[in-house]
Amino acid sequence: MRTPVILEDGMSNVTLSAVSLDEIKHLVSDRAIEGETVLLNMGPQHPSTHGVLRLLLELDGETIVNCVPDIGFLHTGVEKNMEAKRYLQAEVMTDRLDYLNTMGNNLVYCLAVEKLVDLDVPPRAQAIRVIMTELQRIASHLVWLATHALDLGAMSVFLYCFRERENILDIMEMVSGQRMMTTYFRPGGLWRDVPVGFEEAVRQFLRLFPARIEQYEDLLTNNPIFIDRTKGIGVLSKEDALAWGLTGPIIRGSGIPYDLRKVQPYSGYEQYDFDVPTREEGDVYARYLVRMEEMRQSLRIIRQALDGLPYGPVRSNNRKFVPPPRSEIGTSMEALIHHFKIWTDGFPAPKNSVFISVESPRGELGVYLEGDGGNKPYRVHFRTPSFVNLQALPMLSKGHLVADLVGIIGSIDIVLGDVDR
Amino acid sequence: MNEKLQPVVDALTQRFDAQVSEFRGQVRLLLSREHIVAAATALRDEFGFEMLTEQTAVDYWPQESPRFHIVYGFTSWQHNLRILLRVPLPGDDPVVPTLENVYPNANWHERELWDMFGIRVDGHSDLRRILMPHDWVGHPLRKDYPLGYEEVQFSFNHEEIQVRKPQPKD
Repeated sequence: MRTPVILEDGMSNVTLSAVSLDEIKHLVSDRAIEGETVLLNMGPQHPSTHGVLRLLLELDGETIVNCVPDIGFLHTGVEKNMEAKRYLQAEVMTDRLDYLNTMGNNLVYCLAVEKLVDLDVPPRAQAIRVIMTELQRIASHLVWLATHALDLGAMSVFLYCFRERENILDIMEMVSGQRMMTTYFRPGGLWRDVPVGFEEAVRQFLRLFPARIEQYEDLLTNNPIFIDRTKGIGVLSKEDALAWGLTGPIIRGSGIPYDLRKVQPYSGYEQYDFDVPTREEGDVYARYLVRMEEMRQSLRIIRQALDGLPYGPVRSNNRKFVPPPRSEIGTSMEALIHHFKIWTDGFPAPKNSVFISVESPRGELGVYLEGDGGNKPYRVHFRTPSFVNLQALPMLSKGHLVADLVGIIGSIDIVLGDVDR
Repeated sequence: MNEKLQPVVDALTQRFDAQVSEFRGQVRLLLSREHIVAAATALRDEFGFEMLTEQTAVDYWPQESPRFHIVYGFTSWQHNLRILLRVPLPGDDPVVPTLENVYPNANWHERELWDMFGIRVDGHSDLRRILMPHDWVGHPLRKDYPLGYEEVQFSFNHEEIQVRKPQPKD
């Protein structure tokens, strides 16, 4: 028996009840209540929902009348937990949000902390951040392409994509020691400089990958089955895309060239020459083409960043926020004090708030960070692209067949860790 | 402040009696909840802020009154502008009108406000919990909601803590 805890409002935490039909009555049509249409549960353990997404479908035959997403199965309380951690400690939790875009999550959090405390980042660190986030973008798009094609019946693409993704994860491991949960960026710079052999590994990938994109396109772009399953499916108009606040490849697939790397550059993106691919059609196929082109553009950015990679420190010299190098601790009392203060007490941030967003592979990833003068964040909120984009699923899927819903979910490219936080 | 943003800020301060503040180049306006729907409508229709990017809340219990601040972030794609609006709400009456009719994607954001902060959204079409289980009690992101950790038991308070320790459901 669970021991009841009495909360402030006099209620206990022991609850044992099922959702009653009355609670969801307003979400389905009257025909469902009369028994004319079928209510079908899809997920949370369903391979094509890309995680633990549960959908309540109202079906007329095989046609979707209503689609009610039910999320929260992966809610981990990251925002609440971060309030109890110091700024540096809280960063490790950002990796776990969108586990296919760990570098991007680190980046947005670090940018927010740097903005809040007004901390500089050396140019070398900025360039390495760009290289790593763009590699991560390619890795994320590869997982999307693999699973999206798998959902639509093209199994071999899955294996090819994961082969190339492994190359990127090797580079991640090389720089941070971890394949996925990297925590490589730190407020004020990087954890440490890239190791010897990093440049060669990235160049090797740059040489190899363009031909591999051609291979994927050979398998899918003109494949009649793939085109039948994607063209004209889940069409999104420009107006709807804006009204629903959608971002990322979805909105660019509907003809709006909104890319934060271009319109509100951060971390030195303004120095690099790249295009923002758009398509006018707004269907699943358009989103596929946009993402394929984005991978090529990411390669362009990586190549430029690598060619112009400046030498110098990778961490800010501001000792109030960034720990001193190990070599100084043995000889300088001041460095020792700073080292001790940072690892035991952290650093204070002003009592104010900032909102920073970056372009993640899925869209606009924003963080609202508020300090209270102490060494812990007072409030952190993640505006995650998957959460906002998933909300458009009912609108996109109405009137389509159940089999098309699988393609539409894939084209939104959700990560449930990102949806539920 | 961005010179393109200046007319927007001026108009909102005059019409809705908003207070402006700026921090690190980011502009935020503080206005009362009676004006938020009108202000959001004006932002969308007159000033071209097509997107509601962000909607969240901050709990200032116990040190400040009013207790909650709701934060809205609006984005204008065509003018490349951003603005943050803040609406204070008293802790004994946390009700805010819905923005669903202006920006449809406020739906899930407002369900999250209800779920995480217990802020009731007036006029919302589907105000159910979104992230927590439907029968959860309490609102986790409130500052008076415990984080939940294991209390350390010593010999002098072993019994006392054993009683209130959370146990797995049977």
